[in-house]
Amino acid sequence: MKEDFVVLIGGEAGQGTRFGGQLISQVLNRLGYFIYVYEDYQSLIRGGHNFSEIRASKKKREARKKEINIILALDQQTVDLHKKRLTKDGLLIFNKDKAKSNQGIGVSVEKILKEEGGSGPMVNTALISVFLRIFNVDFSLWEEILRTKIKKDIDINLRISKRIFEIIEPRFQFSKIKEKEGLLMTGNEACALGMIRADLDFYFAYPMTPSTSILVFLANREKEEKVRTLQPESEIAVINMALGAAFAGKRSAVGTSGGGFALMTEALSLAAQSETPILIINSQRAGPSTGMPTYNLQGDLNFILGAGHGDMEKIVLQAGNAQDALLCGNWGLNLAWRYQTPVILLLDKDVSENTFYVDKDILKTLREKEPKVFSQKKGKIFCRYQITKDGISPLAFPGGELIVKANSYEHDECGIANDNEEIVKKMIEKRKRKFETIKRELNNSSLVQFFGPKESRVVLFPFGINKGVALELAEKMGFSVVFPYLLQPFPEGIVKSYLKKAKKIFTLELNSLAQYAQFLKRYGILAKPILKYTGRPFLIEELEKEIKKEI
Amino acid sequence: MNLETKAKITWCPGCSNFLILKAFKEVIEELEKEGIKKEEIVFTTGIGCHGKIFDYLNLSSFYGLHGRSIPLAQGIKLANPKLKVISFVGDGDCYNEGIEHLLFAAKRNADIKVFVFDNRNFALTVSQFTATSPKGFKGTSTPFGSLEEPFNPLELVFFAGATFIARTFTHEISHLKEMMKSAILHSGFAFLEILQPCITFFDTTSFYKEKCYLLKNENLESTNEALKKIREWDYKNGEKIPLGIFYKIKKPTFEDEFYRNKNNC
Repeated sequence: MKEDFVVLIGGEAGQGTRFGGQLISQVLNRLGYFIYVYEDYQSLIRGGHNFSEIRASKKKREARKKEINIILALDQQTVDLHKKRLTKDGLLIFNKDKAKSNQGIGVSVEKILKEEGGSGPMVNTALISVFLRIFNVDFSLWEEILRTKIKKDIDINLRISKRIFEIIEPRFQFSKIKEKEGLLMTGNEACALGMIRADLDFYFAYPMTPSTSILVFLANREKEEKVRTLQPESEIAVINMALGAAFAGKRSAVGTSGGGFALMTEALSLAAQSETPILIINSQRAGPSTGMPTYNLQGDLNFILGAGHGDMEKIVLQAGNAQDALLCGNWGLNLAWRYQTPVILLLDKDVSENTFYVDKDILKTLREKEPKVFSQKKGKIFCRYQITKDGISPLAFPGGELIVKANSYEHDECGIANDNEEIVKKMIEKRKRKFETIKRELNNSSLVQFFGPKESRVVLFPFGINKGVALELAEKMGFSVVFPYLLQPFPEGIVKSYLKKAKKIFTLELNSLAQYAQFLKRYGILAKPILKYTGRPFLIEELEKEIKKEI
Repeated sequence: MNLETKAKITWCPGCSNFLILKAFKEVIEELEKEGIKKEEIVFTTGIGCHGKIFDYLNLSSFYGLHGRSIPLAQGIKLANPKLKVISFVGDGDCYNEGIEHLLFAAKRNADIKVFVFDNRNFALTVSQFTATSPKGFKGTSTPFGSLEEPFNPLELVFFAGATFIARTFTHEISHLKEMMKSAILHSGFAFLEILQPCITFFDTTSFYKEKCYLLKNENLESTNEALKKIREWDYKNGEKIPLGIFYKIKKPTFEDEFYRNKNNC
């Protein structure tokens, strides 16, 4: 078998193709492949067309390919829509009871299902069994994966698999590629895990695609972790509750997409003025307005950078895959508390919902950091906004010995509202100094990733999910790639140090206004934008063609 | 224990908010004597004349956004259920801008106490009509009179699920104190509507003095009785304005459920 191939599994919503994709990914991960799963689904519960593309490779790859090596079709639409993408030596496996094709392997699965007492979604199990048997995967491995992923009707699933293994002959052979398995997770799951490792107490959210699965993941972890989740009446309630909880000492985060973030922006400004720590996750989906909930247009960058009324600053991070989301979820919460400031983590639909391979060792690198807490005489109003050299004031919480006051109005050092010219100036300068401190302390190379040869004349700046496709192309063409995790305050010096030899700079972004290129231009980095705005991320082949036109 | 701050009070001279401030301080002192530490009392405010009380009380507090005092208070209570959490709000603040939060806090029986400073107009922006202004209210934005009928906030919170509903009047100072204390000591969502005349823009002092009477606070668990009393004055018509506790029932608080649920899972 090839060292880099793609399996597509497709069907109607409700047939469980996404779950099927997870099963396949788990098996291939156990055989030592790196995994990347692109999820394509519509905003509906039954019917329509959903598919997962599972890319398995010996080298880490996080990009879609035009060519598909194996198709598992649960319905006719999957055959019709994707057959043309099949490679010459590709294999189409389909449910003969639901689909027709003059090529490939059709299996009548309904009869087997009926005889074994199975139902609808088990068609998945049957077709995946066909695929695994053809590639001579051990039944014991398949059984083990099934047992860990399926609790209900596991015996029926196993009987169906066994029947398939008996009637299908192996034709090819997967070889075990490496011993080490990785963690397979979506960006949202990784982000949630990163926050848990940063000691997250509360996660508040209102359901909104593609951020919802962070809430769902955390709600299901309440048993094992200390984190608690809550779904209030609106995004406005979400963020105001989170700020109340943070004021009372609990590490809190919220998550949403563009429309929900729009509702949160007034309180974003409150977080800045009252210096209340909070992590806000914004996973971009196609806009404007309701747009396309389950597709990706990275159109929120301008909005995020400018969000928050008044003269305020904030920290903005971006992630390009699950590993980044894990790190940034962790750093984001820690930075919010270290600097008592709002932090926004920018994800997008594909980073949030696609599945990635994450190195287990990365978990060991995550750290916890305590905020400064000062003590003062009992009963006195605590100087919550004490003027300090680095702009960071002592933090304390109500309920202890101290009286703590936080304020949305401009205020004096104790938090009492004040519009005296001298005090206003001092307080604004204090917050400005805090951001000078942040700029100084975060201006380090760990927050900017650089890949490829230092002397490369072509440099790619992928935004969000485009990181994967950029890395693959760069490797092939000898380009370099710069990926700053930190967008605000922008580590300009470090980024520019990677551009000394650059003759051509490209941004890769999924929007029509070239927002990332515009952003870089503010810092004198002139990049030619390579844009795609169909809601789907770049295929490696189409990006290669686009770039070749330009150089 | 000193509850004062150094802040200069900027309410209009003679404002009925002074009465609320005084009564509240006395209630806190009484509660301290009964063993509730002042450091464990936290309040939030929205934006409007009511919010200025933030500056005048030496208690832990968060001066929030217009309309968002209630979710802020719920966040604090969730984070530290030991605290007594009071949310000060205004009528424009809570009935106009942030009405959803009032209804949902009542619905979930959040263990917070909402004190509404209802002066029946937006005073800090130099008088415009709010949800409880009478129809025909001549504010700066409705020089020929407002077109909308007011709603009855007590009825709203009753149907939303409030477990404590009371109304008082600033000039009934001992009643004001009694209601504040009962609300604070209630376990669950307490709603206290404070009729608070705006002497500068909408002086209802003599109107309330004439119409208000004190309820006997009996039969507090009866929904029929509660509705009858609540509807006696609907902010439009009615000969008399009842003051007192309209409804009070026992129910597990949201925070109890929240932490119990967690411990059982």
